[in-house]
Amino acid sequence: MQKISREQLIDKAVSLLSNNTVEAVLGWKKGEFDYDVTPALFTSADKLAAEFVWDDFCGANFSKYLVKHTKKAEGKILVFLKPCDTYSFNQLLTEHRFDRDKVYAVGIPCDGMVDIDKIKTLCGEGIVAVDCTGDTLRVNTLYDDEKAINKEDVLAERCLHCKSKKHVAYDELLGEDGEVLASNRFDEIEKLEAMTPDERFAFWQNELSRCIRCNACRDVCPACTCEKCVFANPDSGVENKAAANSFEEKMFHIIRAFHVAGRCTDCGECSRVCPQNIPLHLLNRKFIKDINTFYGEYQAGAEVGSRAPLVDYTTEDVEPGEVFDRGDQDA
Amino acid sequence: MNNREESLIPKLGVITDVRIDTPDIKTFRVVTPDGKKVFEHRPGQCAMLSIPGVGEAMFSITSSPTNTEYMEFSIKKCGCVTEWLHQAEVGQQITIRGPYGKPFPVDDAFAGQNLLFIAGGVGLAPLRSVINYCRDNRDKYGEIDIVYGSRSKDDLLDYQEIINEWSTDSGVRVHLTIDNPQEGWDGHVGFVPNYVKELGFDTNKTAVLCGPPIMIKFTLEGLCSLGFEKTQIYTTLELKMKCGVGKCGRCNVGSKYVCKDGPVFRFDELDELPDEY
Amino acid sequence: MRKCSLNKMDAVFAEIAKAGDLYLPACGHDGKAVYTKWQEGVCWSDAVNTVRSPKDFFFPQMENLVEFKTAGKNIDIIDIRDEKADFVVFGVRPCDVKSFEVLDRVFLQEPVDSYYASRREHGTVVSVACTKPVETCFCTTFGIDAAGACGDVTVWKTETEVFWQANTEKGETLLAKLEALTEACDESAVEDQQEKTHAIMNKLPLKDLSTESFGGGKTNEFFNAPEWKELSEACLGCGTCTFVCPTCQCYDIKDFNTGNGVVRFRCWDSCMYSDFTKMAHGNPRLTQLERFRQRFMHKLVYYPENNDGLFSCVGCGRCLAKCPISMNIVKVMKKIGGKENE
Repeated sequence: MQKISREQLIDKAVSLLSNNTVEAVLGWKKGEFDYDVTPALFTSADKLAAEFVWDDFCGANFSKYLVKHTKKAEGKILVFLKPCDTYSFNQLLTEHRFDRDKVYAVGIPCDGMVDIDKIKTLCGEGIVAVDCTGDTLRVNTLYDDEKAINKEDVLAERCLHCKSKKHVAYDELLGEDGEVLASNRFDEIEKLEAMTPDERFAFWQNELSRCIRCNACRDVCPACTCEKCVFANPDSGVENKAAANSFEEKMFHIIRAFHVAGRCTDCGECSRVCPQNIPLHLLNRKFIKDINTFYGEYQAGAEVGSRAPLVDYTTEDVEPGEVFDRGDQDA
Repeated sequence: MNNREESLIPKLGVITDVRIDTPDIKTFRVVTPDGKKVFEHRPGQCAMLSIPGVGEAMFSITSSPTNTEYMEFSIKKCGCVTEWLHQAEVGQQITIRGPYGKPFPVDDAFAGQNLLFIAGGVGLAPLRSVINYCRDNRDKYGEIDIVYGSRSKDDLLDYQEIINEWSTDSGVRVHLTIDNPQEGWDGHVGFVPNYVKELGFDTNKTAVLCGPPIMIKFTLEGLCSLGFEKTQIYTTLELKMKCGVGKCGRCNVGSKYVCKDGPVFRFDELDELPDEY
Repeated sequence: MRKCSLNKMDAVFAEIAKAGDLYLPACGHDGKAVYTKWQEGVCWSDAVNTVRSPKDFFFPQMENLVEFKTAGKNIDIIDIRDEKADFVVFGVRPCDVKSFEVLDRVFLQEPVDSYYASRREHGTVVSVACTKPVETCFCTTFGIDAAGACGDVTVWKTETEVFWQANTEKGETLLAKLEALTEACDESAVEDQQEKTHAIMNKLPLKDLSTESFGGGKTNEFFNAPEWKELSEACLGCGTCTFVCPTCQCYDIKDFNTGNGVVRFRCWDSCMYSDFTKMAHGNPRLTQLERFRQRFMHKLVYYPENNDGLFSCVGCGRCLAKCPISMNIVKVMKKIGGKENE
């Protein structure tokens, strides 16, 4: 795939800013190191030239930021969207979370983002430079000579299971569009399903016991856009800032998974941001797989305005008893 | 068993009297189960009251330290803890811990001074403690003026005490006002800040303000226009608190914790702090 | 100074664990170092640091404070505090050891927090000098020597040996128990290693980060800085930075109705959360800008103002590694602190 360069994106942004199509650009801003990019709003060509980045560390999904920024903006916001981001974009539109007229969406191709933790595992700690301009990544550490590594070996977990290289929403597309992929993303779910209930319980107990209730998964999630989360509301009676016991530990994540079921586009931001490396996306993906099984293939965010199976009654719907029985078989 | 003192573990209190002051303010009298004062305090200090299972909240102690028998709290209904308290009956036990905060400087900066107390609404609650303390130590202070206003006559806190005790003290002048004219009210009508300007006090006084932020803002401007210096004016702040001892981290204004370094501040001290209260 | 061979460490851990619980960084399920209670088979991790800081040992994420039984109008207050048993935390990095000093100044200041104080008294801290600092380390900014002695005992680890030095009475007591397993030695090997570590510290990308512009009395200089808007713009308002931070100590107190009484507990809270300062009648920190600003003003200005210039950041780098949007105190210091830090 022809990579889109940082310069092409800056040119596009500058031209849209200068002809007043947009008032600000939502993009990635360079960090202290080569890998710690931050979402930022750019309003000038100078700022873009100095701080805008586009490389293999630009994983952040900007769709959710549009909820906040379009409220404040008078004109349009330019947003760069990778294929997977466009699904969240559509889903938020389906839920009427932002004003489409205030957004100028530029689709950009993506050949996968990399995971700095995987780079550290391969190259050792003390990363002082990562150059991802070429076909291989060149990594410098405090303790070793430069190492060249293959991008495939350090791809983020979610990108290994990429569901689509196709943009499902944009005003303008840079580069070539890709295809929806025959993804292997349910393989991991099948592994979980093959476990005995006790094994599965132990698996989740093990993972979720690391949770520190920082809420990063919720706060980054494009499906979590409630004005006031029930878990952040002192009057709800279930506000729990710290899990008092292993029940509460699981409750937060399971309730959240239920709440985003049918709306989760499987963007993988939850697992990316988890400071404790809990594979949270597996909970949501299990719901996606089940919805596909019971109600037919459905991809949240594939199109704007689609009725998700869980909120759309049809006479062909599976009988609740069948779902219940399947639960019994699993047990 | 850990025998250290622990400020987060409360003491037991019993409500021995509930007085309905206004439609949304009640005054609760609290003592220990064996009828004693739960602890001693200084004017302007606060205490954490709680009902287990409902929550804990900080309230100013409305009674004067000169009251040797009990403490009182005037509480406006505005959240879970206060709503619960408003339903409580005499004999109800509650938990109480404190006293917290820096009191009014009644023994140093206030000593020998003419005092001007200005309150709006439930803002009288924190001032009642210091007003009664000064009345009970009358010879230590000069003239006392009290300007107090509320929405209506019915919303005036401690009305009976004001009329029957404060107004009859020598050297104490009480100036009441309500926001709008009302049948049966022949006193002043108008907002507190304007009334203060109308009354036009001499600057040979130390002023103490407490009330809604908007009242504080305009009264402060009014006092300054009368020639008062900010070093002559005190107030007491209220922010969300959990521990009461400067550790839980939420009631700070700049580097000052309201629970520990306040709630009493002089306006020149507040000027040094960021505008985040 | 004493030393033992690295392959004797299992015996050393077994000896320490005889007297009470021993915790040390070990490789967790996710491949990351996590403080783990030592038992046969638990291996001391080489990782530069744990994801979760050791503040849990003294200030756990959740702890019960007091219990109540209610019957009719009556309340029974039950003091559930117990005297803690002695324990040892082994393998604490110098930055994290410094964080205990930061926490001490909050919890041990009058009125002393008895829950914290009890744990602190019963805990012995064994620090381990750093040998392989990483790019996110900036402890030197806060005057910490990553290869220096701190805690009750300091350990220096080389390829083959472990060197021990007691720094306090508690440390002496611990080392006395290890007398048979260790032997006296001079300090030359440790000095060599310190020199090497210092050489690496001098190559770290954040080595020039300075606190010079910050400290007590700078509130008015920074509070209204226009940069807060841009810095806080992308903040998600999650609590990751506060929860992985070894010095963040804000807490909430809440009641839990067990059905058989009420447990009052405290748990970590975060100034980044929208309800942190929310009252029935308003909130002085309405937007994420104010909440974000509070966290950094506290670490860089308010805390030092109240604590003789001590900053409440130790440069451990956890927030650099873990913030979902990669915003952190280093970026704040560089942006707000002006020329000195550019």
